[in-house]
Amino acid sequence: MLPLLIGLVFAAVMQLVVKPNIGDYPAKLVLDIGIAISLAVSLTMVNGFTGQFSMGHAGFLAVGGYAAGIVTYYGSQRIWGDRATHGGILSGRPLAIDPATLPLVGHGDWLFLAALVVGGLVAALLGFLVGLPSLRLKGDYLAIVTLGFGEIVRVMIQQTNATLKPQDIAWEEVYPALPRPAGVEAVASYAFDVIDPATKLGRTVYQAVSDTPAWDVLTHVGGSLGFTGIPKYTSLFWVYIVASITIFAAFRLKQSTFGRAFLSIREDEVAAEAMGVNTTRYKVWAFVISAFFAGVAGGLFAHTLGVGLSAETAGFLKSFDIIIMVVLGGLGSISGAVIAAVVVTVLPEALRDIPQYRLIIYALALILIMIFRPKGLLGTHEIWDRAVWKRVRRRGGSEPGKAKGGSSP
Amino acid sequence: MDTFLQTLKDALAIGSLYALIALGYTMVYGILKFINFAHSDVVVLGAWGSLVLSRWLEARTGSTWTTDTPAPAYIGLLVLLAAMVFCGLVGFTIERLAYKPLRKAPRLNVLITAIGVSLFLQNTGQLESLFGNRPRSIPALLPDQTLVSIGRVNVTTLDVVGLGTAVALMVLLEWLVFHTKMGRAMRAVSHNTTTASLMGVPVNRVISFTFVLGSMLAAAGGFLWSLKYQQIGQTADTSWTLLGLKAFVAAVVGGIGNVRGAMVGGLAIGSLEMFGCAYYKSSMADVYVFGVLIVVLLFRPGGILGKATIEKV
Repeated sequence: MLPLLIGLVFAAVMQLVVKPNIGDYPAKLVLDIGIAISLAVSLTMVNGFTGQFSMGHAGFLAVGGYAAGIVTYYGSQRIWGDRATHGGILSGRPLAIDPATLPLVGHGDWLFLAALVVGGLVAALLGFLVGLPSLRLKGDYLAIVTLGFGEIVRVMIQQTNATLKPQDIAWEEVYPALPRPAGVEAVASYAFDVIDPATKLGRTVYQAVSDTPAWDVLTHVGGSLGFTGIPKYTSLFWVYIVASITIFAAFRLKQSTFGRAFLSIREDEVAAEAMGVNTTRYKVWAFVISAFFAGVAGGLFAHTLGVGLSAETAGFLKSFDIIIMVVLGGLGSISGAVIAAVVVTVLPEALRDIPQYRLIIYALALILIMIFRPKGLLGTHEIWDRAVWKRVRRRGGSEPGKAKGGSSP
Repeated sequence: MDTFLQTLKDALAIGSLYALIALGYTMVYGILKFINFAHSDVVVLGAWGSLVLSRWLEARTGSTWTTDTPAPAYIGLLVLLAAMVFCGLVGFTIERLAYKPLRKAPRLNVLITAIGVSLFLQNTGQLESLFGNRPRSIPALLPDQTLVSIGRVNVTTLDVVGLGTAVALMVLLEWLVFHTKMGRAMRAVSHNTTTASLMGVPVNRVISFTFVLGSMLAAAGGFLWSLKYQQIGQTADTSWTLLGLKAFVAAVVGGIGNVRGAMVGGLAIGSLEMFGCAYYKSSMADVYVFGVLIVVLLFRPGGILGKATIEKV
């Protein structure tokens, strides 16, 4: 539990001490880094530990983001009747309220946490479905299926209903056939653009919110216009808590029987099978766990200020970004993924004057690393496994081999 | 009926394009066993190469080529051949610089390198000094005359030339692979690289040849694409990547590594997409394609014409 406590303290320090002192723009960058870390580490579980090549990670990110967004967007309107943030000090953005009267964790934060969990679970369910083909598919076939999955998610999101916000519409427009009750002027309604089958002309129809069944309301997530208006709960605190939990889970996973099975599949699937490892089961599990954390990160992403959650979130460009982090860091190295997530997120800032060269540099880096360091910068090892640190530890007087912190094979 | 015929025409046109591009994927996969992600970018280079050359020729001859006053026929042929040579060279260079050092590396590494090459080509092409980051249109190289009308469906010169070129190239490839010495060498390397090299087949030369061949077909695909749509998206436009992915799906559905399978798969995917769009929802086109990929991979992983492979230890 100690690492989690450290994570908690670190996240609290980030939110309460670091954020007020670095300004809004750097704070946003630090926040992006945190989300990128969660994503990269979660992808490491599939691509790094299990050696399966998933190229649809952004699909899980988007699904988790949309699911979490639905929970807070509609939940907030149900509970408080508005879409403002009802968070505490830790989620950051108290609007016009005196900070002294704010609780540490507000009611809205609990809703937000529930939303993150829902996002993770929905993504995990999809991870199960995507993992199933790994029964029969290997290597690049699986890669292309996961890529196809991400694309399907993207198109499906575009198909959802673009109508988000109910408007107040005059009674006569909504119920032309019904007499207007006294005192009722307007009805909260969704506007739909439909094509009249008889005249082939488009027209707008209104449907009262009270007449729309819940499952139908839930498909109102902005369609191709993007899901806007989600309350912005994501703060440095929540981002780094999630990042800590993801990293912690990844380390524990790598150490566990479960994780050893993952690693054995990566090293030699046939041999693992011969040793009695149920490879199919573990591969599906790897997808489920990885998708869960990606979904939670998606929830964070959806609730970030200044982020437009849209169908493009599930596109392959986003997936490629995450893959680049994992490959740069080393397939299987958790600390490598963390470092690469930081570098890849900060790099665009460093290259802000020449943005058109950013992806060219990434591309060249990918090719050169694959040719000269085929296992990524850190390979499957963690950064403290490197010889230089071992030497430092030995000089420090501790016994070689009993060095602390070596939580990797 | 008109809808059916129109859709059939569209399906043939797009299907033959998919098939041309799918051939490049399938030949490389057959020999090196990896998805050449950069293949779709070679298609893009073919399209942009055609555009730049035809614009240059247009300026050079001091004429404007529109659909009413198109370029003379030999210009189109010249542009096609030049694009094919250019892309052949690009394909050769890519293979030498990026893939050859990884001949013994795990397949995933090669796949990642291919993604890197793809990103590199996409973003280098977008530089202002090269093609820029805006879509441009290609001058008309063919007249847009209606040759035959069936019902309300018009078959234009463009349709005939497009389909004709694609079919001619595929027949040529079929002959090359199955009736020449080089083709036999390609099939031998595809079957078993080590044995082929022991038998005196120059493996590296065969692989280079395969890349050049695939890239030339990709160039033809890009050329035909630009004739058909005129407007050419910037090199990093996601529609290109999607085009490449669909062509790859076509290769997988037809049976990857199988030249005839790529042709069958291209037509199958083109028909599926076009008929799905015409008779159901056009915005779901990508879902049909990737959905059918998943179904085919689950129930017949070898594809329509492929045969199942058993992994040996």
